[in-house]
Amino acid sequence: MAKKKVLIVDDEPNIVTALEYLLTKSGYEVAVAENGEEALAAVAREKPDLVLLDIMMPRLNGYEVCRRLRERPEWAGIKIVILSAKGREVDVSKGLALGADLYVTKPFSNTELVARINALLGGA
Amino acid sequence: MRRARKFLLWTAVLYGALLGVAAALGTALFAGLPESERAVLLAVLAERAPVLAFAALILLFVCAGAVKWLFDEYVIAIHGLAEQTGVVAGANESLRVHTEGAREVAEAAAAVNRLADAYRDLKRDAERRARETAARLEEERNRLAALMAELAEGVLVCNAEGRILLYNEQARALLAAAAAPVGLGRSVFGLIDRAQVAHALEKLARLARPGEAPPTTRFVTTVGAGRLLRVRAAPFVAASGAMAGFVLSLEDVTGQVEREGSRRRLLHAFAAGMRAPVANVRAAAENLRAFPDMNAQDRERFVGIVAEESQALSQKLNEALREYADALKAGLELEDMRIADLLDVARQRIETTLAVSVALEEVPEDLWVRADSFALVQALAFLAARLHQDYAVRLLRFTARAEGAHVALDLGWRGAIVASDALALWETEPMQAGAEHTPLTLRDVLERHGAEVWYQRGGPAGEGGACLRLLLPAGEAAPARGWVAAAGPESRPEYYDFDLFRATDASRALKDRALRELSYTVFDTETTGLEPSAGDEIISIGAVRIVNGRVLKNEVFEVLVNPRRPPSRESVRIHGIDAETLAGQPPIEQVLPAFHRFCEDTVLVAHNAAFDMRFLELKEQAAGVKFDQPVLDTLLLSAAVHPAQDDHRLEAIAERLGVRVIGRHTALGDALVTAEIFLKLIPLLADRGIVTLGEALAVSRETWYARVRY
Repeated sequence: MAKKKVLIVDDEPNIVTALEYLLTKSGYEVAVAENGEEALAAVAREKPDLVLLDIMMPRLNGYEVCRRLRERPEWAGIKIVILSAKGREVDVSKGLALGADLYVTKPFSNTELVARINALLGGA
Repeated sequence: MRRARKFLLWTAVLYGALLGVAAALGTALFAGLPESERAVLLAVLAERAPVLAFAALILLFVCAGAVKWLFDEYVIAIHGLAEQTGVVAGANESLRVHTEGAREVAEAAAAVNRLADAYRDLKRDAERRARETAARLEEERNRLAALMAELAEGVLVCNAEGRILLYNEQARALLAAAAAPVGLGRSVFGLIDRAQVAHALEKLARLARPGEAPPTTRFVTTVGAGRLLRVRAAPFVAASGAMAGFVLSLEDVTGQVEREGSRRRLLHAFAAGMRAPVANVRAAAENLRAFPDMNAQDRERFVGIVAEESQALSQKLNEALREYADALKAGLELEDMRIADLLDVARQRIETTLAVSVALEEVPEDLWVRADSFALVQALAFLAARLHQDYAVRLLRFTARAEGAHVALDLGWRGAIVASDALALWETEPMQAGAEHTPLTLRDVLERHGAEVWYQRGGPAGEGGACLRLLLPAGEAAPARGWVAAAGPESRPEYYDFDLFRATDASRALKDRALRELSYTVFDTETTGLEPSAGDEIISIGAVRIVNGRVLKNEVFEVLVNPRRPPSRESVRIHGIDAETLAGQPPIEQVLPAFHRFCEDTVLVAHNAAFDMRFLELKEQAAGVKFDQPVLDTLLLSAAVHPAQDDHRLEAIAERLGVRVIGRHTALGDALVTAEIFLKLIPLLADRGIVTLGEALAVSRETWYARVRY
């Protein structure tokens, strides 16, 4: 079975480095985008199974990326996990309302994140 | 009688004078005659004696007749005129005098009547003006009281002594937990710490500059258990420039102060709680980088520290955020309001400035939001304007529902296809709706509310529709407020008494002060029976105060008391309160201190006071209070006013004095009747020369002894 692909969208290199390492080690193929616009292009190009999405980014924030992903029926199968430092109830509500499958607030536990991703993708 | 005597006297004088003149003339003639003629004349006179006597009698009648005519035409007529004029001047200015006397008297009567006409017109005019002025004054006062009642702040107006002469319902609610009740004529120092008020007044006195607006000062005080009030004090300056009193406005800042404290603690928790773990992570990480050739064991230890400490850091962060979640909630400037009201305002705004109709659908009446209503209405109008201008939306449907700690508000429409990224653009541009501009953006308004908005398909317009969903912080329902209608002069609301501005002469001993200017607590008790010494107990106390000659029906005391023994069957027949109802009530030891505070600074009044006082005195020690104020008894005062009457029961006196009896045999009902009776007794006592409290107490004692003797 081919490896599942995860697109990491975040403008902070440190968290990208860590997540890239973690997910590769957990058996996923990993692609990276540094902002919202890049993310949309990367989704079209890479066709990932799951997008790990930050909210506060330059050029299209995470909500906007999420909403646009959900507008395209051909991308309906892509899982979206928002990974954000915005932790208010209204932020979570908005993320889920715009079509995210999961909302995780920073900081998070690596093992737990991997477990949730595994669950969403039906086991790696 | 006097008139008859006068008549006889005048008749006698006139008759005597005529007879005297005749006799003198006769004597003079007689003396001038020669001796012989005298004898002849005497003989003739003796012969004619009966005729002479008859002539004298006729003369008497003529005299009486003349005096009578003079009396009738002048003396009696003028007397009658004087009496009638007295009535006109004193009692009935519509009466006109008339006379059946002489023409001159009739002329005088006509002149009096002209004067009476002028007098009546003048008097009526003066009365009308006085009435109008009084009515206008009353109306203004009532309007003021109604205005005060509508204020969101609590307001207390006090005279220079600190006696309350106006308060509103909010002040009473805010001070409900204070040591003493709020009431007209009561001291404000029983409610708010005397030292704090005194300090504020001193500060005001120092800040005051002649010719400038009066200063204000603020302080925060504690009321009851942990309630914080912010008090703003302003002086009330009389025309003379002296301070006639002061105004205190009160605001509950308990929540604000708590939230501020909570924010401070959150910051502190972050500062103190994060320093140590961050230091540990940093030291370990810098070691790892600085010594790349460290042995495997050390490396393992430092990596362990980094992992452990960063985990602790995450945990601390989450804990602090959870614990102080309230502190991060949106601002103090927000106010709780019904979302239905807010949307109603928004609808009006949108419909009058834009060609957009708004339908409020499914907006629950009991749903509250915490909002800056002005900014939020502006934001809604702005969104409506953009939807209308850019996408020709003509009908917006609003729905709202609770969602956890938030309220979800949907602005739905049908038909128009709105570009899904439109909202992202709108969020950051200055809001404009119709002719209204503001530098604020929708994002600013959302941030201030801790709110979010997004675009979503479906919503109130159903399948094929779309909506903007706003998630707003939910608010708390405001407590229902008391409300005072602007009342007519006949039903003056009892929230103020400006007559209290007139400085009372507190230095005068209580017993030397006039009954009509004192404050009273009129009370009544219901009991389990008639024998306090045999264990009968109080089951209810009702009381009302009289201040400045008014019964303050808004400031009553009415409590039931658990007597810890069943009431006798006869007493239940009278007061109708059964054992079950009483079992759940507080005991007398708790009730009496509250009643004691209610009576503070007043004279006690009761009907057959000895009976009620006996019950109170037996409980004084257990309750730790002492009722040592003077006591007046309406039974004894009534006996002093109407000593000839036998019946001095409450009903009998009420009937005699024209007091309507309602709600008898509840403690409060009887207290109210007693209060009305007492007010009617004060002028009756004054008629008998009993004006001061000391005199009333003295006459009560005498009456008491008189009754005991019988």
